[in-house]
Amino acid sequence: MTMPDQPSPATPLLEVTDLAQRYTLPRESLFKPAAQVHALNGVTAQVMPGRSLGVVGESGSGKSTFARLVMALELPSAGQVSLLGRDLNRMPPDELRRARRDFQMVFQDPYGSLDPRQTIARIVAEPLTALGRIDRATLRERVAIVLRQVGLRDADMDKFPHEFSGGQRQRIAIARALITQPKLIVADEPVSALDVSVQAQVLNLMQDLQDEFGLSYILISHDLAVVDLLCDEIAVMYLGRIVEQGRPADLFAHSAHPYTRALLDAVPRARAGGVRRRRGAQPIGSQASAAAGCPYAPRCPLADQHCRETAPALRNVGDAHLAACHHTDAVMALPPVVAEAG
Amino acid sequence: MADGDAPLIEVKNLGVTLNTSRGPAQAVRGVSFALRRGETLGLVGESGCGKSVTALALMGLLPDSAVISGSIRLDGAELVGLPDSAYCKLRGNRISMIFQEPMTALNPMHTIGHQVAEPLLRHTGVSAAQARQEAIALLDRVGLPDASKRVDAYPHQFSGGQRQRITIAMALACQPDVLIADEPTTALDVTIQGQILDLIADLVAERGMSMILISHDLGVIAENVERMMVMYGGTVVESGETNAVFTRMGHPYTQGLFRARPRLGARKGTRLKTIAGTVPELADLPAGCTFADRCAIAEARCRAALPAVVDVGAAHGVRCIRTDVSMAAGGVGA
Repeated sequence: MTMPDQPSPATPLLEVTDLAQRYTLPRESLFKPAAQVHALNGVTAQVMPGRSLGVVGESGSGKSTFARLVMALELPSAGQVSLLGRDLNRMPPDELRRARRDFQMVFQDPYGSLDPRQTIARIVAEPLTALGRIDRATLRERVAIVLRQVGLRDADMDKFPHEFSGGQRQRIAIARALITQPKLIVADEPVSALDVSVQAQVLNLMQDLQDEFGLSYILISHDLAVVDLLCDEIAVMYLGRIVEQGRPADLFAHSAHPYTRALLDAVPRARAGGVRRRRGAQPIGSQASAAAGCPYAPRCPLADQHCRETAPALRNVGDAHLAACHHTDAVMALPPVVAEAG
Repeated sequence: MADGDAPLIEVKNLGVTLNTSRGPAQAVRGVSFALRRGETLGLVGESGCGKSVTALALMGLLPDSAVISGSIRLDGAELVGLPDSAYCKLRGNRISMIFQEPMTALNPMHTIGHQVAEPLLRHTGVSAAQARQEAIALLDRVGLPDASKRVDAYPHQFSGGQRQRITIAMALACQPDVLIADEPTTALDVTIQGQILDLIADLVAERGMSMILISHDLGVIAENVERMMVMYGGTVVESGETNAVFTRMGHPYTQGLFRARPRLGARKGTRLKTIAGTVPELADLPAGCTFADRCAIAEARCRAALPAVVDVGAAHGVRCIRTDVSMAAGGVGA
């Protein structure tokens, strides 16, 4: 589905169409077909150059699968991923390897994602060396430049990862992603392993880099406030589908899907007089069953018979604001979930 | 039950020195607090601030090389210096802990029923069959679906939220007096976090336990505990009733922590106010205020000696000699 009322001034940087990914579970019985997990179930999204998309949802919502497919680390079961108009999954391997200079990834765990036995220079230079032969002097110069861009020093080049704190390691991971001068960086929970004060430094750095180089981010996060800060558009995922998509301001002030509201409501507010708001138990649905009806219906306070029988399609509920719910009018009429006082 | 006014757990001037590869490190200095039955206390701070070391000291789980000073009293009985055999009788029985990582806190080789029943078999005289029944009841109470059918399942067969429920059932098995929850929801989704915190709050109220909740999330602290302590560099820099602290934050570090958080509704392009510098190494802490090197209003006398705690309100203490400036500037949000 496209957004008809938003004319596209340029070609999108990234275009994802009807993307689906199924994983086969281990066979439980010899006589029955193996069950499948629908990790991603028809996701369509676009990212314009220099803009950022945030993907939020609980674990199991398919957000990391989405990241891996965008990075062409897996072949999707169905659908397309196109970067600058070229389908990544139809490219010959050699061409794909060269195309990777345009999209890089930053991982969640700055302790696990850097090889402890390699120097920072080798770690940061790796995406470049993977692209082709390059002489040592040029390489070290390029490494020095990106290290300075992320706020580290040239002298850090010959150190090893254990000599750095978590925040510095995440800077190194960002430097590694930046060295090929990519147009898109996919960041999977880039700050969730960091302390609050360090998290702020890394988020500011990500903003600065975007301003300086016109990067696009796909930011995968469970933290709505982080996504709100960095992204122009947010996609809320539930069980492999996008259930609501739009600008952060619209999404948070006029949520059209009950799941978005539930997520917003669950964020604890840091303020005086914060009384526990009871939420009641909400079982998470199963990805294995491709049952009819809205996947969120078992958890939804507004669900009725219609919801349990017919799955709602993603449709326009406002300017560049999409939601997949039969009751969007009722949800949008609810008073907005209180934002945190700034 | 002891009379209601006497503290159940009383910590006075607790100090912990750990042996690290870089020499002895003062991980905790001068921590004091008292909790009565049914009271809740929050510990906030970043990694390396000493909050988990404080919890491990209460549990008697520090390495043998750690040097502990000060006093920890449970119902009047001193715990510091208690031989390990005596501590084994308390741990899991009168003091219990819920750990951060439900993935690693459970033994993958044992059924969940076995693990929940273990403290019962160890501390109470029940038979194996009774312990199993009790384990099923506990798993049922923490909201594990089909507890009686799934009691013989292994940890890998459960989701993260369910595993955390199982560790809570383990911690509660012997009806402890003190429950320490160390980042119990950090590894979980926000919606599951809410459910787990609701569950803990219900159980604390139901069983009259005292709870120490450790978290780096100011939102979790604001909504879940009556009193809080903010730790930095091994010392308590601010403590008081949660509402009082959130209304008037006194310490520059508490204020910095509060401002550094991305918050909902702050639109794209908003710059976060960072705290300059990095957390000091515990092995070489500065002589004076531990926060001085990162503090915007630090002056020479801040670096001379560790500041004393200043009372800025009823039972609201701040370890800062410049509260006149930090609290005059409008405090939070300035």
